[in-house]
Amino acid sequence: MIRPFGIDEILFIVAAVQWTLALSAIAFAGGAIGGLVVALARVSQVRALRYLALGYVRLFQGTPLLMQLFLVYFGLNIFGAGINPWLAASLALTLHASAFLGEIWRGCIEAVPSGQSEASWALGLGYVDRMKSIVLPQAAKIAVAPTVGFLVQLIKGTSLASIIGFVELTRAGQIINNATFVPFKVFGLVAILYFVLCWPLSLLARWMERRFAVATRR
Amino acid sequence: MDYQLKFAPVFDNFGHLLSGLLVTLELSFGAMLLGTLVAIVCAAGKTGGPRPVRWIIDVYIEVIRNTPFLIQIFFIFFGLPALGIRFSPNTAALVALTVNVGAYATEIIRAGIESIQKGQVEAGTALGLKPVQIFRYIIVKPALRTVYPALTSQFIYLMLTSSVVSVISATDLAAAGNDIQSQTFASFEVYLVITAMYLVLSIAFSGLFSLVERMAFNYPLSR
Repeated sequence: MIRPFGIDEILFIVAAVQWTLALSAIAFAGGAIGGLVVALARVSQVRALRYLALGYVRLFQGTPLLMQLFLVYFGLNIFGAGINPWLAASLALTLHASAFLGEIWRGCIEAVPSGQSEASWALGLGYVDRMKSIVLPQAAKIAVAPTVGFLVQLIKGTSLASIIGFVELTRAGQIINNATFVPFKVFGLVAILYFVLCWPLSLLARWMERRFAVATRR
Repeated sequence: MDYQLKFAPVFDNFGHLLSGLLVTLELSFGAMLLGTLVAIVCAAGKTGGPRPVRWIIDVYIEVIRNTPFLIQIFFIFFGLPALGIRFSPNTAALVALTVNVGAYATEIIRAGIESIQKGQVEAGTALGLKPVQIFRYIIVKPALRTVYPALTSQFIYLMLTSSVVSVISATDLAAAGNDIQSQTFASFEVYLVITAMYLVLSIAFSGLFSLVERMAFNYPLSR
């Protein structure tokens, strides 16, 4: 007996947007912390730290997100954490976002003119004060637009969590499709919902980029 | 942790992994080539086409860039048969990857075309070149050179994205991994080896791309 694609099915899919958003929020929050650590390590005075962070970034940018998800998913099982899609998806996406945000933010930190750092040395500021009060606030301004751009990529990336059994928007669409067999409508609706989430962010990122370009034009 | 990693089952099935690797390479290079063609046509349409054409290309780019690849491939493989368009899994994978990379590459190549100065085209016209020649030699080739780094990192990202096609039972490297892990239960080991293979692939790709860059764009930039 094939289920019709009615209002309940549509609501089931729309409701799943919250889990896509929750997973994106967790990955973004975790990735922001990890990304800051990676970015600071990438511009560190200590050579070993720089190479360690570079290796981390290359590893996560040079392998598919799907494989990262699988490795964390099955790896957690080996380490005795059991099969847990929530934990695996959150951890894998956090590690993934840390590498990408770290690399984006490294570029922003390096874009702050070196005279700013030199001036803070001359004023006798230590590392923490220099970063916290001088360099990072200026880097943050540059970082906003590309960070919003990455957020779009991250939201799209959470769709892969469906493959390890995490029920978010994509998985909800698959579940409904398996019951109703109207893939054109189901995946069309899922695509529209992703578009509604991502497009405003893309427009925002582009708008901020343009405004920033105007602001810094000489 | 008292789990012993066992890699023997993985390497016993290495032939299967290699045939998957071959499909991943075919899909990647196929989509690169077709996607670049799509992108050149769309970028030309976006910079010089009439308003409705530009509008359609804009919709294509925004829809693809703001939806996950996974949904795009589901739509193409499961959704399009409703319209009577049916693909085998590997063909659907190639179509989905091409459509996907085409949208990203359009924006990249358009930026390159817009960086070509008007005087270059006018000089071409003055020399009596045909419009096709102007487009090919004066617009596309220098534009590709300008955006080559951005384009090739998009291609590496494409190769990594192609691992997703295993969900529609295309027979790529990731799918070979799924097969082996479902027979041997050495899931972690299988995916560890495959992840390493993808890493090697992306390093090899970037090496290959810089080699191609040196061969294809070996003429000096006049300034």
